[in-house]
Amino acid sequence: MFPDIIDTRPLRRAVDDGLNWVVRHWGGAFEAAAHPLLMLLKSIENLLIATPWWFITAILVGIAWLATRSWKLPAVVFVALIFLGVMDLWDDAMTTMALMIAATLTAIVLSIPVGVWMSRSLNVRKAITPILDLMQTLPSFVYLIPTVMIFGPGKIPALIATIVYASPPLVRLTDLGLRSVDPAVMEASRAFGTNPRQRLLGVQIPLALPTILAGVNQTTMMALSMVVIASMIGAGGLGYQVLQGIGRLEVSRGLFAGLGIVALAIIFDRVTQSFGKQLQARIGLAEAR
Amino acid sequence: MSEVQTRPAPVANRPATPVPAPELAIAMRGVTKIFGDDPQTTLALLQSGKSKSEVQAETNHVVGLNNVSLDIAKGQIFVVMGLSGSGKSTLIRHVNRLIEPTAGEIIVNGSDVLKMSLDELRTYRRTQVAMVFQKFGLLPHRSVIDNVAYGLEVRGVDTKTRLREAAKWIEIVGLSGYEQSQPRQLSGGQQQRVGLARALAMDTDIILMDEAFSALDPLIRSGMQDQLIELQKSLGKTILFITHDFDEALKIGDRIAVLKDGALQQEGKPEDIVLRPANEHIEEFVREVNKARAIHVRSIMDRGEFDPCAASVSKDSRCEDVLPMFAEHQWVGVLDADGRQIGRVTLKQVIKALARYTPQPAETPPTLG
Repeated sequence: MFPDIIDTRPLRRAVDDGLNWVVRHWGGAFEAAAHPLLMLLKSIENLLIATPWWFITAILVGIAWLATRSWKLPAVVFVALIFLGVMDLWDDAMTTMALMIAATLTAIVLSIPVGVWMSRSLNVRKAITPILDLMQTLPSFVYLIPTVMIFGPGKIPALIATIVYASPPLVRLTDLGLRSVDPAVMEASRAFGTNPRQRLLGVQIPLALPTILAGVNQTTMMALSMVVIASMIGAGGLGYQVLQGIGRLEVSRGLFAGLGIVALAIIFDRVTQSFGKQLQARIGLAEAR
Repeated sequence: MSEVQTRPAPVANRPATPVPAPELAIAMRGVTKIFGDDPQTTLALLQSGKSKSEVQAETNHVVGLNNVSLDIAKGQIFVVMGLSGSGKSTLIRHVNRLIEPTAGEIIVNGSDVLKMSLDELRTYRRTQVAMVFQKFGLLPHRSVIDNVAYGLEVRGVDTKTRLREAAKWIEIVGLSGYEQSQPRQLSGGQQQRVGLARALAMDTDIILMDEAFSALDPLIRSGMQDQLIELQKSLGKTILFITHDFDEALKIGDRIAVLKDGALQQEGKPEDIVLRPANEHIEEFVREVNKARAIHVRSIMDRGEFDPCAASVSKDSRCEDVLPMFAEHQWVGVLDADGRQIGRVTLKQVIKALARYTPQPAETPPTLG
């Protein structure tokens, strides 16, 4: 038995009371602050559900063609979407897709500036890296419960939990991409009298874009892997079907909904990867490395 | 820069003028650079007379430049020559302050580069010095023409003007037709032409070239050197050129400075270096070099009025240019810029010059037979 060195009960009580106090006094404010997030999610979801299935299929197949200029990926995307439709999972898939897109968009807006900041200062990087580690390793239920207490069950805590879990790879890869831009090119840019903004927007970000896109790819994948947990607190979608399948011991329901998540993952993974490769080829990094 | 007044006396054979003469493009005074966490303490150690390796062993600080003073006049190609690690790339980066010196003074076109604010420094880099890099430093995501126009874009020149300027310089360096290519589609020599055009498009008085031709094949390098000499003649720019290749230095340099371990060894005209090497280190270079290329006919000719010779060369010619003429002629006349004959040379003089200046006759291989 580990000896009781100090009494930790007051600390525990302080944390619990503190959270309760925040919920009581600031709950409304937090909910109002998160309202734009909810609006974003709702509008994406409504748009996806209102759009006819054949139109969404056509758009995604078209994007896949633009990303690869070959027929293989569009065919895979087409089959995956038809599978979702045939299995009667279309609306759930759109709800899940909306959650993932909203989480990814928010993560991009938040993570890229943080990544830029990290790439410029060693101290900032030292301070933020452990936070990112924490975000990725802390079991999601630990922050899910307080978020549910503050916002109430529903889509907002689901979205926030997904963002927390899915952002770190994008921050890390943005930082890495910006730092690994060829120093010779950066020096040349400096020698021509560029200011930091011109270097960031004109040289660093364009050259780091393939790496940043790899981060976006990771973020979409991490967001998809959160859908089952997110559905426990009211996100709905394919995750909810999986949950119900488990609850009712209906293996088929869980299996097909699970495969539906895989189908979405394949679509988004392959499409973002292909765009990354295309970009890399255009910059010519593929040959240089 | 409070340490400026503590700088030690400059290298003996280069008397320092307190106020740089106005025709100087670049003047460096006692520039010292020490890499490390505590350069000031190390600077005191260095100034107490310790060598670069002693300082490095004692403090783990690397001496990049040790009290270098240089005067670079306007309109010449000034070559800084040294082996790798001699500090030549560090030196050139001080001129546009990509590297901050630990001590010293750098005056370019009459203004003190080290006293400039960050904003003034950017303006200075945008308008007064352009640079060409060993590794080209082209922007891989931009087309050739956008690369050449990059400096003008940074300066704030409007799109139409800068594309017109860029197209003009692309044509001058001989890359017409490649305007829309990506840099990676070009060969090394072509990429460096883009780098050169990018610097020339800035139309600055001073161009810094950091081992600009070192990454190129010998044949392409030679072509680029000829082109650079041509361009310099027509544009009258001041070019500070860094190289590790003594032959290259002799070919293009109006003046040459030799650097070793961050310290200036000798500075002078190419023939000064070849004919009167200041120390053993430079002698080693000279021994390997093609002296016929280094020695100008004007430094060995008989000055004065002679009967006009059947064959003649300009006074800027080198021994290698006149040698073939002696197959047909006994004397070769030497003309000044206006085409008047100012002297003549004989084969004997040339041979004497080449033989006399072999630094250590004892080391020359014994003649066969």
